[in-house]
Amino acid sequence: MRRRTVLSAAGAALAMLALGGAASAQEAMRIGLILPMTGPFASTGRQIEAAVKLYMQQNGDTVAGKKVQLIVKDDTGVADVTKRLAQELIVNDKVGVIAGFGLTPLALAPAPLATQAKVPAVVMAAATATITEASPYIVRTSFTLPQATVPLAEWASANGIKKVVTLVSDYGPGIDAEKAFSGAFSAKGGQVESLRVPLANPDFSPFLQKVADAKPDALFVFVPSGVGAQFMKQFVERGLDKSGIKLIGPGDVTDDDILNGMGDVALGAITTQHYSTAHDSPENKAFVEAFKKANNGMRPNFMAVGGYDGMHLIYEGLKKTGGAGGEALITAMKGLSWTSPRGPVAIDPQTRDIVQNIYVRKVERVNGELYNVEFATIPNVKDPVKAAKSN
Amino acid sequence: MLTILFDGIAYGMLLFVLACGLAVTLGLMNFVNLAHGAFAMAGGYVTAVLMNRYGMPFLATLPLAFIVPALAGLVLERTLYRQLYARSHLDQVLFSIGLVFMAVAAVDYAMGSQQQLIQLPSWLQGRVDLFGIQVGLYRSFIIAVCGILVVALQLVLTRTRFGSRLRAAVDDPRVARGLGINVSLIFAATFAVGSGLAGLGGALGAEILGLDPTFPLKFMIYFLIVVTVGGTTSITGPFLASLILGIADVAGKYYVPSLGAFVIYTLMIVVLILRPQGLFARAR
Repeated sequence: MRRRTVLSAAGAALAMLALGGAASAQEAMRIGLILPMTGPFASTGRQIEAAVKLYMQQNGDTVAGKKVQLIVKDDTGVADVTKRLAQELIVNDKVGVIAGFGLTPLALAPAPLATQAKVPAVVMAAATATITEASPYIVRTSFTLPQATVPLAEWASANGIKKVVTLVSDYGPGIDAEKAFSGAFSAKGGQVESLRVPLANPDFSPFLQKVADAKPDALFVFVPSGVGAQFMKQFVERGLDKSGIKLIGPGDVTDDDILNGMGDVALGAITTQHYSTAHDSPENKAFVEAFKKANNGMRPNFMAVGGYDGMHLIYEGLKKTGGAGGEALITAMKGLSWTSPRGPVAIDPQTRDIVQNIYVRKVERVNGELYNVEFATIPNVKDPVKAAKSN
Repeated sequence: MLTILFDGIAYGMLLFVLACGLAVTLGLMNFVNLAHGAFAMAGGYVTAVLMNRYGMPFLATLPLAFIVPALAGLVLERTLYRQLYARSHLDQVLFSIGLVFMAVAAVDYAMGSQQQLIQLPSWLQGRVDLFGIQVGLYRSFIIAVCGILVVALQLVLTRTRFGSRLRAAVDDPRVARGLGINVSLIFAATFAVGSGLAGLGGALGAEILGLDPTFPLKFMIYFLIVVTVGGTTSITGPFLASLILGIADVAGKYYVPSLGAFVIYTLMIVVLILRPQGLFARAR
């Protein structure tokens, strides 16, 4: 008799445990964050991870009655690995959202999986315009290269720049930037000459000499952000800064993360982008302060703000759907708008791409540190590539 | 277009400083050391860390950028490399490429994957006008350092007792030992010097080439081209090869930028078809 009660009690307890376990698994909302945490693009991964964790710390880990659980995976910047990790996250961990994606190929690789499994994929970094077309479940909170580049072309032609030499790294994003700039700038009546530099290029001297001989009003440059510092140094070493050639480009070359280390060679470079650590708004001041405090003084850059807003988008979407994932979540995300540290942003319901202000900035020394100081704003810029397609 | 010529010479000289250590180990000791770039990276990091964390002036870091990799090279030679002298080249390649990956991971872990930036002293920055040629000061500095190195290395190899012992030890270690030459000591010293030269090249190159954990992989191809084109039996071979390649690369990128990096590879293929042992090598 006694034995039987013990047994049945144990059985009941087991059943309770199993039920409880199943219930809590159902209630948790898992988010798979796939980022390059090691390898050449680790800085992107670290910035985004730090921003996402900051957002969760500030806003709690319970949304719409569900516990949010973050699973961070390192894809080392290799597309095959991203795809495999996305599959594991969707199939084994049953995540409701996948997010992150440091580079264009890394964002494209898992796109078919997102479509098939109806799992929203939030792109927080990769910037090629076409990414959101790869799956109806992709939504982006970073930016597109043409979005930052076309306004620059318009700004340049409006500000007395007539002749420009473009110098880009010879790979996908570089060619995108070159095309976006040349197209928009020559449409405004400007004159453009194009140079492409091999991606693995140890010495910029021949290209810079060619620029010096062409004597343009401005040099448009797009190189991956790490190489940017090397480029800036050689630009100044060659005396191009003193010869009156303005240095312009999308903001990658003066990435806030490494800008301070470049030193005075960066001064005066004019770039366009959606985010600067020096953006003057109460939201950004609070964001930068909290980010630095949580990360040993590291500055948030444009990657960090993409991660922060990506998390905000997921949270708001979950609130709107009462915690449901999949189809409902992606529908809820479309058309959301909010005030981000970078300024007002919205998700375009047609393209699922972010609509945001683009700022024209100049590198200046503020309180002893180098910053991209914004001096003009082009409001509510949509991705020009998709805008041109829909017209 | 003398400016292009000047830039090409400076770039070639930089390639030489980076590659001459490899010419020493690969050429003189007949050891395929693909980890050469790791020693160059070590030199670069020594300079970057000393300048950025401890505020040492650039010039003062250069001797240390030689000594630290040289000591590392000595230790590794005594413990690991010497086991592989007698092994096949394939074993040597596999072993040293393994070392490269370990070095990349270790530096990534210890220093982070970001670019290391150094600030040159102001007297090395900028450029001056010399007889109508625009001459970069830092590039002139590299040319000067490299010139001194070539002369010194050539003298040591051809005029000193150490040089002749080294050549003897390489050509026939058994007979050299029989003559009372301490072959293993000579190899250790040579290997250390080769590693130190790589480190110096890495330190000098940090400003122009950049410095991050993938450095040894990124520039391995350049070291190898220099040594293959130059031949491996002397120092003058790699030196002239560096100059030719540097000038051809810079001029090619200036005059036919659409060909990009292919000029240097085309040149290498042409040289190797005409002279399979390298420009200045005798056939073995």
